[in-house]
Order: sequence, then C-alpha cells, then structure tokens
Amino acid sequence: MTEEESPVAVAATQGAPRTRAFGDLLFEGITRSAAVGVLLVLGAIVVMLYLGARPAFEKFGFWGFVTTAEWNPVTEMFGGLSPTVGTLVSSLIALVIGLPVSFGIAIFITEMAPPWLKQPVGTAIELLAAIPSIIYGMWGLFVFAPFFAEHIQPVLTDTLGELPGIGVLFQGPPLGISVFTAGIVLAIMIIPFIASVMRDVFETVPAELRESAFGIGCTTWEVVWHVILPLTKVGVMGGVMLGLGRALGETMAVTFVIGNAHELHWALFEPGNSIASTIANEFTEADGEVYTAALIALGLLLFIITFIILALAKLMLLRMSRQEGLRS
Amino acid sequence: MDIYRRRKIVNVFNLSVSVLTTLFGLFFLFWLLWVLFSKGLSHLNLDLFALDMPGPGSETGGLRNAIVGSLLLTGVGVAIGAPIGVLAGTYLAEFGRYAWVSTPVRFINDVLLSAPSIVIGVFVYEIMVVPMGNFSGWSGGVALAIIVIPVVVRTTEDMMRLVPDTLREAAAALGAPQWRVVVDVVLKASLSGIMTGILLAVARIAGETAPLLFTALNNQFFTLDMDQPMGNLPVTIFNFAMGPYDNWHDLAWAGSLLITLAVLTLNIMTRIFLRTKK
Repeated sequence: MTEEESPVAVAATQGAPRTRAFGDLLFEGITRSAAVGVLLVLGAIVVMLYLGARPAFEKFGFWGFVTTAEWNPVTEMFGGLSPTVGTLVSSLIALVIGLPVSFGIAIFITEMAPPWLKQPVGTAIELLAAIPSIIYGMWGLFVFAPFFAEHIQPVLTDTLGELPGIGVLFQGPPLGISVFTAGIVLAIMIIPFIASVMRDVFETVPAELRESAFGIGCTTWEVVWHVILPLTKVGVMGGVMLGLGRALGETMAVTFVIGNAHELHWALFEPGNSIASTIANEFTEADGEVYTAALIALGLLLFIITFIILALAKLMLLRMSRQEGLRS
Repeated sequence: MDIYRRRKIVNVFNLSVSVLTTLFGLFFLFWLLWVLFSKGLSHLNLDLFALDMPGPGSETGGLRNAIVGSLLLTGVGVAIGAPIGVLAGTYLAEFGRYAWVSTPVRFINDVLLSAPSIVIGVFVYEIMVVPMGNFSGWSGGVALAIIVIPVVVRTTEDMMRLVPDTLREAAAALGAPQWRVVVDVVLKASLSGIMTGILLAVARIAGETAPLLFTALNNQFFTLDMDQPMGNLPVTIFNFAMGPYDNWHDLAWAGSLLITLAVLTLNIMTRIFLRTKK
C-alpha cells in the first residue's frame, strides 16, 4: 500500500499522516469553511444589528435607551423600557406556569406511564412545539383571549385581585388581550421544550439508583424528589433556561395577544408589548432613521438577552452530559 | 396522622397532579387542533388553491399566490441552507471532530437553533433589503436559510456519528482517502437520516412568520419573480387575521389549517423514520 492513498491507515501505523491526498485537503477546506460560516453568521448578526442601532444609541445612550419608557414617533423620543419589561414579565409568567406543568409531564412520562403509553404521550407533547407560532396567535386572539376574559380573568380578579399588595397585579380591563394572556400562551409553547429536556435528563438516571431507593421503601414521589431531581438539577435548569430563551424571543403568538400598547402598568391584565411584538408591528411602518434604529436597538437587546440565556442553558446541559459520562 | 400514611398521601397527591399536568398539556394540543379543523375545514375548497388573495371588500378569493409563494420561499431557503448545513455538519462529524474550532461552532450552532427569528428578519433586512432598495423573495429565502442551517448542521452531525467507526476503518483499510470514505461510506450510510433532518428544517420554516415580515413582505398578486415582494401563507394569515373582513378571517383559518397539517405531517413522518433508524 502506498502512503498517499490512505492517510487514515498511515495515521494508524505511524501516528500522524505525512502526506494527504489533494481531495482530502480540498474537501476538508470546503466543509471547514461551512462550519466557520456558522460562526460568521452569528458575528455578522451582532455587527449588523449594532451598526443599525447606532443612531439610536448615539442619541439616547445605551442606558438612557434601556431605562426610558417613553416611545413617541412624533417627537422621535424612543426608550426601550416598556417592551423590555413586557418581554421579561410575559416570559416570567410563562415560566411560572410552564415549569411545574413540564415537571409533572416529565414525571408522568418517565416514572408513571406504562411503556406503551410513553411514546405516544411524549410525541403528542412534542407536537405542541411543532405547531407554528402564528397558529398559536390565531387561536390566542380568536379563541383563547375571549374565553380567558369571560371565564378566567373575573375569577382571578375576584380572588387574587382582592389580596393586599399583589392584588394590583390582577386588575385590568376585561379584554383578554394582555401581558398575562401572552404569558399563558407562551407557557403552552415552551412546555414541550422544558418537558422533553426534563424527560431526557430523568432517563439518564441509572436504574440501580431508582431500584435501591425503591428497595429501602421510598414512594415514587420520594424517588423523584430525593434521588432523581438532585442528580439531574443542572440538566433541569438547562431545560428551564432553554424554555425561557424560547419565550423571550417568541414573536407572532405574543404579537396577536399582548395588545401592543406602549405603556407600563403594574396590572398584568392591561395590554402591553414585548420587544419582538414591537418590532413585528412597527418595523415596516417606521419612517426616519432614529425610529428604525430604535427598533433595531430593541432587536439587538433581545438578541443579547436570549443569547446569554441560551448560552447558559447550553452550558448547563453540557455539564449534565459530562457528569453522565463520568458516571458510566 | 402517622408518617407512613402521610408519605402515601403526599405520593398519591403529587402523582395525581402529575397526571393532571399531562392531561393539561394534551388538552391544549387537542383544543388547538379542534379549533383549526372546525374553523378551517369548511373553507378548505378548490377556490383556495385556484384563486388569488382577495382585496379589501372583495367577496371571493383564495390563497393561490400565497401558497405558491410559500413553496418558493421554503424551496429557496432549503436550497441555500441545506448544502451549507450538510457541509458544516460533515466537518463537525468527520474532518474536525476533535478540532479546536468545532467546539465553538457546535456551541454557537445550538444557540442559533433557538435564536429569535424576528432578529434574523431584521438582520436580513439590513444586509439585503436596504442595499437592494426593496423587499424581495430572495431576501425572504435567505432569512429562512439562516434558520435552516443550524437544524441541518445538528442532524447531519448526529446522523453521521451514528455510522460505526468500523465502517470508516474498513474503507480506509482498503486504501480510500478520507474524502472518499466520507462521501462513499459515511454520507451514503447516513443519507436518509440527513434527508430527515432537511425535512425537519422544512417543517420548521414552513410556518415561520417573523423573519418574512420585513424581507419577503407580502404580495396580494401572483408573482414568481423573486426580486419582488412575495406573497406567503404565514404573513397573509397575520394580515388577514388582523384585518376587518370576515372572509379574510375565514381564509386565515383555512391557511392555518393548511400549514399545520403540512407541518404535523412532516414531523410525524420524520419521527417514525428516526425511530426505525434507532
């Protein structure tokens, strides 16, 4: 066998390839540029958004932009506080509702469901993630919002709304179009993401650990709470972060139901807006350099926030799989 | 109350809640599907595919131009995104499996997988719509391609890694250079898996609205010219749903049903396929 024919075989016998076929170099070069291209796309997104947003940052300053609530196209005064708060609050509501539900679903699938039921239920929940967000928007606007305004919101206002202190959160006009509704729709959208990550990490817990816990007389719940959850903490947090990242950047579903009002309220049943919904609604209508720049600045802000959250999610899941590797 | 009974009650209560949460999740899936079918099915007729979008006040109309536009945009998105994704995935799985550059690429790719699609729309607006001076089908296709790439990179790498190393070694032992091993052995063995990944990416972009809002925009008229704003289903649904006319709402529901059926079919198909693969 001649050496230029087979670098792999050469590497196997002599430690390192001495010569490589031209085809190899070419092919490796092409595939590597594609891979590096992925990095370049990310870099280009950040650079282009920054360049587009610069007029707004120059006029208002970064912190000035982030901390100002006024949004007035006529006087060209733009501040990103209201959409930023709307984004964070609606995503937080989504997490508060979505996290326990996802946890329950993951427990059901991994610990309780008989084998024949695991796959269908898991698939059905994952299909929730496949439905395009515009469909959630249609359903949210025409079906869920009226239903919510008529049946759920009055109940919440009459019970939680009466509480001192936090009662003010549960006030607002009976429209069904509100930050709270957006949060609920987001919750349904992120449940499949969080639940499937939780299911996956729960399944990595070795059967021996489960069995020994059952062996000393633990109930199923105690096994979940005292054995499985402590072992999979990091992975679960990663799943939650992934869901949060999804909720923050979600556009269409939120745009349909959040109401698109540039106002800040304590009441969650008031219409509000989010970064994504503001961009979706106003971008094509924005005239004037500063208006467009302000919208792009919002986009940059959103991209940075979601990037940090998603990077954290990824790091946690990586740590989880590394732990997994050490144990086995 | 003794501790044994308390533990049992806690157990039964928590597990019952867990069953309820599962039903809660499934309930929304069926609610969504039921609404889609009950509102959309009656408007799913031939006119939908034969007529173009109605203007304001016009009584008859379909979604022909939007359907054709969506197919074109998705096609362009996949045609640009899939080759790049497959090549990058090949690098991660084969040539650069342990290269230093692969770690950040994998990381960034996974982040891009969940990046907000509206930001990608803004980005493409900046790099294509502004320099070209008008909204266009091409820019919409590029925006979708950026969403396709991470999905395809991920599945390509995963699928290629499923190919056992013994196959690679066998080919190398016969004297094949590495690129022949990759093309003739690894790619061939994982081709169906990679195609599945591409189908998954199609399902992902078929319903994407946000990146098209200010790239492809929308077009009330039939066009095949990718240099012009192009009608597409998601943005049409958005505009019609927000519009004041009842027949617009009906068309929006029909369009929603159409997209959902397409996306769910693709998803279920790929799932069945992937399960037989593993």
